[in-house]
Parts: sequence; C-alpha cells; structure tokens
Amino acid sequence: MSIEANEEFKPKIVAFCCNWCSYAGADLAGSSRLTYPADVKIIRVPCSCRVNPMFILRAFEKGADGVILCGCHPGDCHYTSGNYYARRRMTLLFSMLDFIGVEHGRTRVEWVSAAEGVKFSKTMNEFVEKIYSLGKNVRLEDLRCKS
Amino acid sequence: MQELRDRVKELLADGTVDRVLGWKAGDLPYNPEAAYFETVESLDEFVYNGFCGANLSKMMIEASKLEGKTLVCLKPCDTYSFNQLITEHRVDREKAYILGVGCKGKLDMEKVRALGIKGVEQVQGAEADGDAEHLTFQTIYGEKNCSYSAAMLERCHVCKGKEHRIYDELIGESKETKDAERFTEVEKIEAMSPEEKFAYFQKELSKCIRCNACRNACPACSCRKCVFDSTKFDSAQKANVDSFEERMFHIIRAFHVAGRCTDCGECSRVCPQGIPLHLFNRKFIKDIDTFYGEYQAGSEADMRGPLVSYTFDDIEPGQTAERG
Repeated sequence: MSIEANEEFKPKIVAFCCNWCSYAGADLAGSSRLTYPADVKIIRVPCSCRVNPMFILRAFEKGADGVILCGCHPGDCHYTSGNYYARRRMTLLFSMLDFIGVEHGRTRVEWVSAAEGVKFSKTMNEFVEKIYSLGKNVRLEDLRCKS
Repeated sequence: MQELRDRVKELLADGTVDRVLGWKAGDLPYNPEAAYFETVESLDEFVYNGFCGANLSKMMIEASKLEGKTLVCLKPCDTYSFNQLITEHRVDREKAYILGVGCKGKLDMEKVRALGIKGVEQVQGAEADGDAEHLTFQTIYGEKNCSYSAAMLERCHVCKGKEHRIYDELIGESKETKDAERFTEVEKIEAMSPEEKFAYFQKELSKCIRCNACRNACPACSCRKCVFDSTKFDSAQKANVDSFEERMFHIIRAFHVAGRCTDCGECSRVCPQGIPLHLFNRKFIKDIDTFYGEYQAGSEADMRGPLVSYTFDDIEPGQTAERG
C-alpha cells in the first residue's frame, strides 16, 4: 500500500527470555544504562524449555519479523536440563522454518546469563540490525491475526 | 491370499483371537478398506492385495481397549509403527496377535491415473502372492498395462526393508523394493533459494483442505486431545484468505511426531489433494540423523527418542546452517 511504502521499516521482534537468567540479564542491561532497540518486545517465560514451537509460529503469524529465544547457558538451567531440550527443539524447528523459506537469520537462540547485561544488549543490537538487513517478513502473516 | 485367509479363519475358529483386523474388498477393485471381522463366515470377504496400503497399527490403539485378543495383519513397515506405539504405551502387546503379512510393494492408484490409466474396472497382477512384474488393467477404454514398480507408493521406493520387526507369526513372502534414496527430494528443496522454497510450499500447501486425514491416519499422531481441535484457537479452521495457516498446521503436525515418526508414509498416501506431506517428516528425520546420529523410530520397542534426550554438546541452533 502506498501509505506503507512511505513509512520507514520498523521491524517487530519478539524475544522469549527465561525468567532466571536472560530476563534478569535484560534487567541488568537496563540498570547498567545499556541500550537496545525498542523494536524488541520481551516475553518472559519460566524456562527456555517452556517455549512451545507453536509460540514461535504464532509470533510469526501475528506479524513478527524475527524471533529470538534467550535462556540460561547450557548447564546453568534453573530446572537442571530445560535448556538442553529447548536446544534440540529449536534446532529442528529453525531448520524446518529455513526449509519452508524463512531465512535462518530471522530466528536465533542465544544463551544469556543474569550477569551478562552487556551480552544481552549486544545480542539484541546485532539481531535487530540483521532483521533490518533482511527486511520485512511478509510471508508468515495470517490476515485474521492482524488487528 | 488363500493361505492367509485360511490361517486367519483357523485362528479365529479355535479361539486364539476374538477378532481380526484386516482388509475387506471395497466397491472398486482398487480400494480395499480396513475392517474388523468377528465371525468365521464374515472372513470370506477378507482380502489382501497390492492395494492394501493402510497401516493398521494405529487401529490397535482402540482395539487394545476391547475385550480379548485382536489379530492384526501388519506389513514389514507397519511393524515399526507398532513398536513405536508399544514404546509410548498406546497399545497392549498382550492383546495383539501380530500376523506378519508379506509385502512386495503397495500400489498407488494416483500413480496409475497419472500414467493415463483411467476408468479401471478390473486389475490383474496386484495379488499379494505371485511375482507379477506388470499390472494389467481392464478399463472402460480397453486393456492397459504398466509395470508394477511404476505404480508403487512413494514410500515403497524407499522401503525400509522386508524384515518384520515384531510378530507372532509370518505368512507370505516379502520383497525389498527400494530403488531410490530417501532424502533426495529433501535435498533438492534444501538447495533452493528462500524464495523458491517459499514458492514451492506455497504451491503445494495451498491445496490443503484441512480435512485432517494426515493427522487421523498417522500412527504417531495419537493424542486424545489435539491442539487443532480447539475451537478457541483461531487457526483451527481453514481460512480462504491466507497461506500461513496451512504452513503452521503442517509444521506443527510434523513437529509433534518428530523423533517418533517411522516414515511409514501414511500422511502422503491418504492426502486427498496429493500433497507430499512426507517431506516435512523426512526433513526432521534427516536433521535428527545429521545432528544427533542415525535414528530409526520403531526399529526396536522401548527406545529413547531424540527429542526426549540430550547430550551436553549438542549442536547450537545457529550452527545448523553451516552443517545441515
């Protein structure tokens, strides 16, 4: 549409952050006065393993341009092994998304601990930049979900 | 087939089993349907031929809840599904009498139609026993021929082998029909650019009518409650306006059986729209094989699946692009 064509591209990025590490990491980034783009919307989950593949697809369906999952470093999971399972699931899901034509760059998994505010801010900056370079993700939108 | 029918009758008559799960002739020569037989007389309708592609192991979930033993006819590849169902405690091994039936490749009527053979009235050469290399069709347009392998289901071209993985008794000869590589099609798509991949799946998946046949026929897809049956979930129904919905359905369908799918090919066989649904499952199987080591679901009962286990040094999702 012509109105959209004149608008600057503002990506929508969803970040799933685990309650115990990455969410606290994001908090630290904030209290350390580090910046990351406002395009990132954080959703707090109890554990990276809580993220159902459906959540990721749902985010794309609702018009997200990129989805990132952040959890505790392998070995540091609050629930001992949640992130190991999440790692396998996301490996397969992202590979499948790539298979149907959603580039690998739009999906990412990063391990961020509660002490890594700097890493959180750096990761988000990098990821947003990547999404800017890939442009709008029009492919997975569901018209019924655009409200 | 006579030998098989006689043996089944004998087992039902002497009370070894209380019912038989097999196939009976349909209204056309090429569409036998899965059926229960409870009396010896009704077994006169029992058939077993090249068109009996249905995997009966899923029906054993319900049969396990019935009184007494059920005799089930399983082809070599169906026994993988049965093993997987035992692993998941979905079937009761004690209540099943597995009669391993021979298989020399099952036929796909869609392939026959694609060869230009239509209006079929009679078929010769599709018998389960015998070594016919050719099929002869009496059609309303006259007699037509094609080779047996040209009419085989896709899954038979990548046959997992002629061994029954679990059985109580074997009847009939099996033949390995493998003549193609399992992952060739997947690799072809992987080599495409993102735009081409997208266009390919757009073309295939937009045919989906969301009849749920793939879900209902799949032996691994056996949840009592399915996420796609929820009325509160707005992607539960088919919408005419968008293309995402099918993608989501098919990715999730395949994901829910990832690591448990035995690659039996029922999803593609039952699809009324001819969508190559096995591609999704094979992509997951290929990834599992590459990243976590070769794994064939259902080759033994009680194996631990790749998605319910882990190692400390698994591949990171970001590295798959280089290694996959």
